[in-house]
Amino acid sequence: MGAQRIIYMDHSATTFVKPEVVTAMIPYFTEHFGNPSSIYSIARESKNAIDAARVQTAKALGADPDEIYFTSGGSESDNWAIKGVAYANRKRGNHIITSAIEHHAVLHTCQFLEKEGFEVTYLPVDQYGLVDPAVLEKAITDKTILITIMYANNEIGTIEPIAELGAIARKHKIYFHTDAVQAIGSVPIDVKAQNIDLLSLSAHKFYGPKGTGALYIKKGVRIENLIHGGGQERRKRAGTENISGIVGLGKAIEMVTADIPGHSAKIRAMRDRLVKGVLAAIPNARLNGNPEKRLAGNFNVSFEFIEGESMLLWLDDEGICASTGSACTSGSLEPSHVLLATGLPVEISHGSLRLTLGDANTDKDVDVVLEVLPKVVAKLRDMSPLYQKSGKEGGCNV
Amino acid sequence: MYSDKVMDHFKNPRNVGEIENADGIGEVGNPVCGDIMKIFLKIENNIVTDAKFKTFGCGAAIASSSMATELVRGKTLEEAWEVSNQAVAEALEGLPPIKMHCSVLAEEGIHKAINDYRVKKGLEPWVEKNPHSHEHDEMTCEH
Ligand code: FES
Repeated sequence: MGAQRIIYMDHSATTFVKPEVVTAMIPYFTEHFGNPSSIYSIARESKNAIDAARVQTAKALGADPDEIYFTSGGSESDNWAIKGVAYANRKRGNHIITSAIEHHAVLHTCQFLEKEGFEVTYLPVDQYGLVDPAVLEKAITDKTILITIMYANNEIGTIEPIAELGAIARKHKIYFHTDAVQAIGSVPIDVKAQNIDLLSLSAHKFYGPKGTGALYIKKGVRIENLIHGGGQERRKRAGTENISGIVGLGKAIEMVTADIPGHSAKIRAMRDRLVKGVLAAIPNARLNGNPEKRLAGNFNVSFEFIEGESMLLWLDDEGICASTGSACTSGSLEPSHVLLATGLPVEISHGSLRLTLGDANTDKDVDVVLEVLPKVVAKLRDMSPLYQKSGKEGGCNV
Repeated sequence: MYSDKVMDHFKNPRNVGEIENADGIGEVGNPVCGDIMKIFLKIENNIVTDAKFKTFGCGAAIASSSMATELVRGKTLEEAWEVSNQAVAEALEGLPPIKMHCSVLAEEGIHKAINDYRVKKGLEPWVEKNPHSHEHDEMTCEH
């Protein structure tokens, strides 16, 4: 290993921080470190920096700056949006609608609220991971107070029909939250046009720092606080502001939304070449997620007869960073709830591999993966009892 | 996450493959995560003269199969039966707690192959001393 070049294809897990972002952040560690709540002038610098980041973030979403609240990241934003709206609107009803393929920050929050007496409907998705707006509308009751559906899925990259779902929520006067953690910089977002009342985002998914995120809360939305304490963020989110992080978020979101179509086209070209190459070179492979409505950098594929963790170990040996929906890597030893929700059989979800491309990648990286991956799959299939069986039945192999 | 020994047996697995006309074959599935292991034994004069495997599973499962087949080679059936999942894990210089069930799979595969042989020979299958090996799993499924 040693000086081996790392091929990073796990941008949906996290991204590197852009040098411009780091440069923008540094003065706020060393010079302008004042607590924005203080009145002396170095504190004013911090305050101004946060305001500027708020403007940058608002602009990226089509929101007003005073609708942006900085948080510690996507999980906090999701928790705040869902618990905050649930508790503040409890008198109106106790029903929440979400989807089966949400991030755990949403799913586990909903499960927590179920213990608190709320009722939650988990909408199914089709084989590509899409929520059907008609099914959403049918699930609405007079007790429904919140609909929370992710903008784009982190595992299979499927982009949900957010504007349509938002319009249904609006029609029924129900708050609509979307976890847009994966979508920022990949799809143009306009919270007003898309009828979004609350939106979560996280800086480290778009070349900003970890530990910083934001929640967009439309003016007038009734929401409880999640973090109690001081009067920061207009009394809605206590805690001394992570100034350098917020500055980094602002810079990063400005950069990543500057040219979404151009940037996506570049990433998509690499991704498409990778998809084509892999599917052509490896038999018994299937693309997971929607072929069209998917994030530009996302490639999720299942290889039959093999298991994902062993694939990752071999890829890591070649310096390739990827992830899998296999039960064996999940910590809970459960296969990916997203893949299962699309109807994928457990054995096939076991052999899933997610490669998410982004600015760390070049065409050369695609070449390397195209060279390495078929060998890895072949090696593991050679030792798989399933592959052999299937070969005997004349089902597969070349 | 894995010891060097696990990585060694994962990357250079010993005894991968099948034995034609094996005397005992054991195929086991993992109740915890859904993986499959198939063990082939060649048995002459009550001695395991060859052992091979095929595994569909994680790095720990592949390394455990490799180590388990190494450990039973040359042993009498009675000795081979005594090769426990802990022995496999120890020989691998440890497994992460959540991966202990992968070594259980290896122990069960060996047992099943031995009993397959015994039944074919018209002998009573040996009884699992610890039939509820899933209990290990419950213990290790913490996070
Ligand atoms: S075989 Fe699934 S965790 Fe080891």
